[in-house]
Amino acid sequence: MAGLILEARGLDVLLEDYQVLWGAHVDVGEGEIVALLGPNGAGKSTLMNTISGLLRPRGGEVVFAGRSIAGLRAHRIVREGVSHVLERRRLFPYLTVRQNVLLGAYNPAARAGRDEQLRRVTELFPLIESRANQLAHTLSGGEQQMVAIARGLMARPRLLMIDEPFLGLAPRIVDQIVGVMARINADGVAILFIEQNVERALGIAHRGFVLESGRTVLEGRAADIVRSPEIRKVFLGG
Amino acid sequence: MGFVYALVAAGLSLIFGLMELVNFAHGEFLMIAMYVAFFGWSLGGIDPVLGAPLGAVALAALGWATYHGVIRHILSGPMLAQIFATFGLAVFLRNMAHFVWGVDFRTVQDPWLSGRVSLGGVFVGLPQISASVAAFGAFLALYLFLSRTETGLALTATAQDRQAASLMGIDTERMFALGWAIGGACVGVAGALVAMFFYIYPDVGGTFALLAYVTVALGGFGNVPGTLAAGVVVGLVEALAGLLIPPAFKYSVVFLLYLAVVLWRPQGLFGRF
Ligand SMILES: Nc1ncnc2c1ncn2[C@@H]1O[C@H](COP(=O)(O)OP(=O)(O)OP(=O)(O)O)[C@@H](O)[C@H]1O
Ligand SMILES: [Mg+2]
Repeated sequence: MAGLILEARGLDVLLEDYQVLWGAHVDVGEGEIVALLGPNGAGKSTLMNTISGLLRPRGGEVVFAGRSIAGLRAHRIVREGVSHVLERRRLFPYLTVRQNVLLGAYNPAARAGRDEQLRRVTELFPLIESRANQLAHTLSGGEQQMVAIARGLMARPRLLMIDEPFLGLAPRIVDQIVGVMARINADGVAILFIEQNVERALGIAHRGFVLESGRTVLEGRAADIVRSPEIRKVFLGG
Repeated sequence: MGFVYALVAAGLSLIFGLMELVNFAHGEFLMIAMYVAFFGWSLGGIDPVLGAPLGAVALAALGWATYHGVIRHILSGPMLAQIFATFGLAVFLRNMAHFVWGVDFRTVQDPWLSGRVSLGGVFVGLPQISASVAAFGAFLALYLFLSRTETGLALTATAQDRQAASLMGIDTERMFALGWAIGGACVGVAGALVAMFFYIYPDVGGTFALLAYVTVALGGFGNVPGTLAAGVVVGLVEALAGLLIPPAFKYSVVFLLYLAVVLWRPQGLFGRF
């Protein structure tokens, strides 16, 4: 495996006065797909939000492509090449599909190559052309997820982070998105994604990290995690 | 007058949409804009018609300074702190106006545009008509800016989802400051326009501000096009009520309409939520 593109370690994060992450860590290799697993409320989203700069860690380190990015604000971090698709898609509801997608390339690093990137992203997601003028909030959940990923790709990331890409979607749509993730990855983009369904997640990912109560309790190659006895303990409580 | 109300309200609505914060000093901003237009005329010989850009620049600066000097520091504070901050600013600006400019009523004498014209049998002052046209123009410019320009879209996106916007690479704090500057510019233009035909005194903002809150509430908080429609409704209701009942009561009809709408459709006539 080539070097790490992302390494987050020892993260302590508080939401208001309540500590959610306790020295959590995760890392992603260049061009790798990594799943972040864990039960409800384990702190998966909090960890991802900290990497993308929406939250500031109290302690710990985030290194991306050899540069420390912990403490930078979110709009600065996206320029470095980290794109984050939030839980529940979070499109701009009263903007059109096209406006949403183009805003994905708002940061100066991505704006120059915007038209070219739009062509490539449209190949992956034809609906951003066929639905270009539709308001985002009128799309179905699956369509919204595709537009959200398309928007995230417009930033031309080296690492794409997706928080629960399959949440509430029909199996057919899930398969479609899994296929697109594989194609994105084949283009050399590393992917970190959150998923509750262990089997499904590890069927897609090369490696996985398991979070429980704000701590990283398990990590390793996908095949090893699926077979490990600890994973049952985390998810079935014994 | 509907377009002028709409413009005042647009500034309020923009700021609210952006940060869920009501600027209680909005009426005082308008009052300052009127004084800017007045002194532009009396000291600089600038006719109020041309004072609109002056008001826009001056109030944009005031809006920007308000954000950086006050608002930015209380954003994470409790709701009550935010209310008191803009309310306190209102009291401060009003008292400052009393102190510096006194309680005299001032008017702009002999503006370029004066006299009346007949519109289908109803006589309307030329200043009022030109103010409406100019306000409509300013409103249109605002709308086109928000929906057609890159920066305008970034501002709109920030209003719709602050976190998602920052993940697009948008510096949301800059957008907040810009929103306050544009909100200021809206009242700046409106204030200069009404200075053509309205008495100028330290408490003049009150009535306009109340109408602006009504307009924003009718239009749906944070919905800029809805604000235009609501402004027209408020202007029409006010004008019709002024014809049918003693003028002193005309605002009560407006507020009655407001109460009726709020009870029937709390999200506003044109609200989305
Ligand atoms: N604003 C907040 N203030 C205090 N605690 C919060 C806040 N938001 C979330 N939490 C708590 O932080 C913990 C971690 O939340 P987080 O959203 O990161 O979990 P998650 O692993 O993504 O869960 P899910 O699978 O439900 O998305 C939870 O226990 C949650 O209750
Ligand atoms: Mg989550």
